Amino acid sequence: MAVTLDQTIAQKQHTFLSRLFANQTFWVVIAVILACLFLSVATDSFATSKNLFNITRNVTFTAIVALGMTFVIITGGIDLSVGSVLCLSSMVLAVTMHAGYSIEVGILASIATALVVGAFNGVLIAYLGFPPFVVTLGMLSVARSLAMVASNNTVVFQFGPDHQKLLALGGGAWVFGIANPVLYMIILALITGFILRWTKFGRHIFAIGGNEHAATLTGVPVKQIKVAVYMISALSAGLAGIIQTGWLGAVTTNLGNGMELQVIAATVIGGANLAGGVGTALGAIVGAALIEVIRNSLGLLGINAFWQGTFIGGAIILAVLFDRIRNFRRSD
Amino acid sequence: MSVLELANISKHFGAIQAVNDVSFSLEAGEVVGLMGDNGAGKSTLVKMIAGNFRPSHGTMHLEGKELVMHKPDDARQHGIEIVHQDLALCNNLTAAANVYLGRELRKGVGPFRVLDYGAMYKRAGQLFAELKSETRPRDLVKQMSGGQRQAVAIARTMLSQAKIVLMDEPTAAISVRQVAEVLNLIRHLRDQGIAVVLISHRMPDVFDVADRVIVMRRGRKVADKRIASSSPEEVTGLITGAIEQVA
Repeated sequence: MAVTLDQTIAQKQHTFLSRLFANQTFWVVIAVILACLFLSVATDSFATSKNLFNITRNVTFTAIVALGMTFVIITGGIDLSVGSVLCLSSMVLAVTMHAGYSIEVGILASIATALVVGAFNGVLIAYLGFPPFVVTLGMLSVARSLAMVASNNTVVFQFGPDHQKLLALGGGAWVFGIANPVLYMIILALITGFILRWTKFGRHIFAIGGNEHAATLTGVPVKQIKVAVYMISALSAGLAGIIQTGWLGAVTTNLGNGMELQVIAATVIGGANLAGGVGTALGAIVGAALIEVIRNSLGLLGINAFWQGTFIGGAIILAVLFDRIRNFRRSD
Repeated sequence: MSVLELANISKHFGAIQAVNDVSFSLEAGEVVGLMGDNGAGKSTLVKMIAGNFRPSHGTMHLEGKELVMHKPDDARQHGIEIVHQDLALCNNLTAAANVYLGRELRKGVGPFRVLDYGAMYKRAGQLFAELKSETRPRDLVKQMSGGQRQAVAIARTMLSQAKIVLMDEPTAAISVRQVAEVLNLIRHLRDQGIAVVLISHRMPDVFDVADRVIVMRRGRKVADKRIASSSPEEVTGLITGAIEQVA
């Protein structure tokens, strides 16, 4: 039977299943499920409500920041400053509220701080052509130092008149007994997924990561979008900082230390490509979940905590290895 | 009336005279081959028509109206499209996404407008069918052949009512069969009444598809002839300087 040109053009090359199996996020979900099943059988303490609550809480903070990081990584950039920005935003919130201002003022000041930091990173990278690695590495140091300056390197645990409101915001469970941070994570993930898939902005982010030169030539406002993605990344770190402050009920200048590794690991394990052009919201969350399950299981299985870094680092390398293998197959 | 009229166009970068006193006109439905050695000023000339550079001297008229452009987007607004040498494609996006890059279709109202995937797939599919190219709108450009990639880049120029399409070395570095495909795409544009400027180093392609050839050497126009009254030998002589100039 002759196939017409129109039929060829209308044909879909991939079925739903073939796409699913080629999707790294899908395999990470399988890995998380298998790990959970294994741990439920192998240990008595994994499948307890207390432990699961612990895991979900720990996942959320990494996942929220990873959502913002996903934007940056899709454009082919990187943001090493997220851990420090998280700390700085928390500290701004804590210090403002400690000084007697309301929670609204505290949150506004905190978000504004994050956005200013993000805009600073973005402008240096987009308009002055700085390498993202260098700018955000510098900011990693600057932001944490500013947090120390703001608090005089003390622990803040008195949040003024709105103390209880802040603790409820981060530590409560307003809907169906689900911890608030988990709710925030789900909402932010839905927003991220929507932006990436359904908006012009999202499409342009992928275009920049795929071929920045082409994006410029076709009239995509590359510079503005780059500034925006670093602001989004800093904003997500700031939001995570606010929520974490409410959850912990205290802020130290150690908050979010070394978090950038976990966040970048989560996005990469979830299927984002550090070379740019690929990444999803679901991937960021699933990646964060896998890291947390690995960490949690090490403790439960009685493995020395010092091994944690080895396993997380190994997971990053493994994720990139799978990506390489797929690419080898594609290019003969 | 000509679609585009260039009068005494010059461009210098500091002391370097890249284009020197060039005049020519383009007619609708005409394919003009623009030839010349590296550094002859072809790219600079095309970049002025595409709005990347402003001429130092001289004027351009589009359909009788003076044309002043400040950025590439202005050229697009005036119906001047360019197919870049590297095609300017994003490998990680689908063919349809690449066709619509920078001018995505959206549906909905106000701030709640979302990408209209259906309409973009449909229209891109129509364009590929028009171009007689077996290119699927939903496929990633990563997996495509050179000819299909050209089709994607050319389909972009057909989204709006283009009057002029500038093609920068479209047949460099692709296979023989794909060259034939690209030349067919060019004929297709011409048949729609579009003026095509084909910048090329490849003599056979220009003599195959162009109606007229313009030769540049050291920033000056040294020939502007109908293909029928020229020959590859003459053009080679003009490019290298063995023949000084022809009327």
